[in-house]
Amino acid sequence: MLSVTDLQKTYSSGDEALKGVSLEVTGNETVAVIGPSGAGKSTFIRCINRLTEPSGGSVELDGLEVTDLSGKKLRNARRDMGMIFQEFNLVERLTVMENVLSGRLGYVSTWEAFRRKFGGDDVGRAYEVLDRVGLEGHEDDRADELSGGQRQRVGIARAILQRPKILLVDEPTSSLDPETSRAVMELLTEIAADDDIPVLINIHEVNLAEEYADRIVGLRNGQKVFEGTPEGLDETARGQIYRGEEIPEETGPKRSSAEETAEDAATQEGALRRG
Amino acid sequence: MATEQSDTRSWQRPTAFYNRYVKWAVYVVIGAFLLWSAWNMRISPARAAQGWTAAAELLGGMFPPEFTPFKTDLLIQGLIESLAMSVVATIIGVILSIPVAFMAAENIAPQPVYWVGRGIITVSRAFHELIIAIIAVKAVGIGALAGVIALSYKTVGFFAKLLAEDIEDTDAGQMEAVEATGANQTQTMLFGVVPQVMPRVVGLTIYRWDINIRHSTIVGIVGAGGIGSTLLNSFDKYDYDFFLTIVLAIIAIVMVGEFVSTYIRGRIQ
Repeated sequence: MLSVTDLQKTYSSGDEALKGVSLEVTGNETVAVIGPSGAGKSTFIRCINRLTEPSGGSVELDGLEVTDLSGKKLRNARRDMGMIFQEFNLVERLTVMENVLSGRLGYVSTWEAFRRKFGGDDVGRAYEVLDRVGLEGHEDDRADELSGGQRQRVGIARAILQRPKILLVDEPTSSLDPETSRAVMELLTEIAADDDIPVLINIHEVNLAEEYADRIVGLRNGQKVFEGTPEGLDETARGQIYRGEEIPEETGPKRSSAEETAEDAATQEGALRRG
Repeated sequence: MATEQSDTRSWQRPTAFYNRYVKWAVYVVIGAFLLWSAWNMRISPARAAQGWTAAAELLGGMFPPEFTPFKTDLLIQGLIESLAMSVVATIIGVILSIPVAFMAAENIAPQPVYWVGRGIITVSRAFHELIIAIIAVKAVGIGALAGVIALSYKTVGFFAKLLAEDIEDTDAGQMEAVEATGANQTQTMLFGVVPQVMPRVVGLTIYRWDINIRHSTIVGIVGAGGIGSTLLNSFDKYDYDFFLTIVLAIIAIVMVGEFVSTYIRGRIQ
């Protein structure tokens, strides 16, 4: 279970990317984070495995506080979080097999990694995973020989070879055509169900989010402005997320006061850090 | 200059200097310095003419180049020593350079390490190989070892600097993805960075070897082994015929090295 509380990120440029976002992801649900460009979606997901260092708040994975970790402990926590990237981020000049096996790097010694000696059933599992994502027979191809859709499948294979407790997926379909996008989304939700792990996805395409996600979270200007089922994502909610429209009365006071306190907390904490 | 108001608008290329007065001042200073330097060194047409006849005499003395068996043996020995020096120095230099390159890559190394890496490169680049060769000859005596030391030393400055720049140009996304799997720093380098710079490592090694062949022919002049020693000996003994043979052989071997280097680098790009 991933539990994020009041996550904040202020870049050194003074840019407040996250202003206190909280979210829980449990079971084997697929949670889609939507929002306009610059809303903080990528920052949010990158702060979870600390590719980007959050400035405040907490991230707990199965009860382990990730934001305090360093060195070996942080690496062990990262092993439990599979990440999938918008630009695939495969090591272009390595083979598909090496890319997939790099998902096991956290479990082998540096010397073994250097000699490409992955222990136990890692290689066997890598073959299985390649089959599962539909890339059988491609293990010796170099990553830069593959098409976009195939590359993203390698990215997914690399992440699931980690045997993660959660998948963090950053805009998996933005570099793909609509057809391939659907296939990738189907694969991701299938993995969530089969491996019984939750999937947290940043996504641009609202229709894909509605179709595949169990729950949708809307970010705008570094704040959570919507959380609910795909059915609950009506025109008002879209207005709030994408056009910053005023929140209607019935939910208004509660939400906006919650936002205010979050903002207060952010500025207070900022002042504390500066002081 | 169209300072007066006119109907047609004029445009001038913006100058790299602050304004055109500064520009002309800089030109005048450069011109004056050139004239002063020429005067200071007493460069005169008369001296050039005088030297011309001496040079012609020397060249005349070189013909025909000498190919007696004894001299050919000397030549081949020297060339082989030079070649061996260049190969050994390149390999040692490259092995030393790779860690330095990683140290001197700003996107990877922490600030203090970065400055140490840059420092090593700067010190290596500061001196000409002949200076290093002179010191090495003093330290380990006359012979090829001194040459190998001098060439390896210079290789570090060249190779590490260019490789560090290439490491700085690598795609951070690939590195990040490896890091996100829980890999440690060395593993991240091995999987995320090394594959990206590998073609460059091979290309630079070949290129440096090509340069080291050339330089291995010169360090002998200060006693650091190779064909350079043979060359200097022949010159000191007024053996100009053999001197020409050596010069031709050096040209040939450098050309071969350059050809091989161009071919291999063309293949891996």
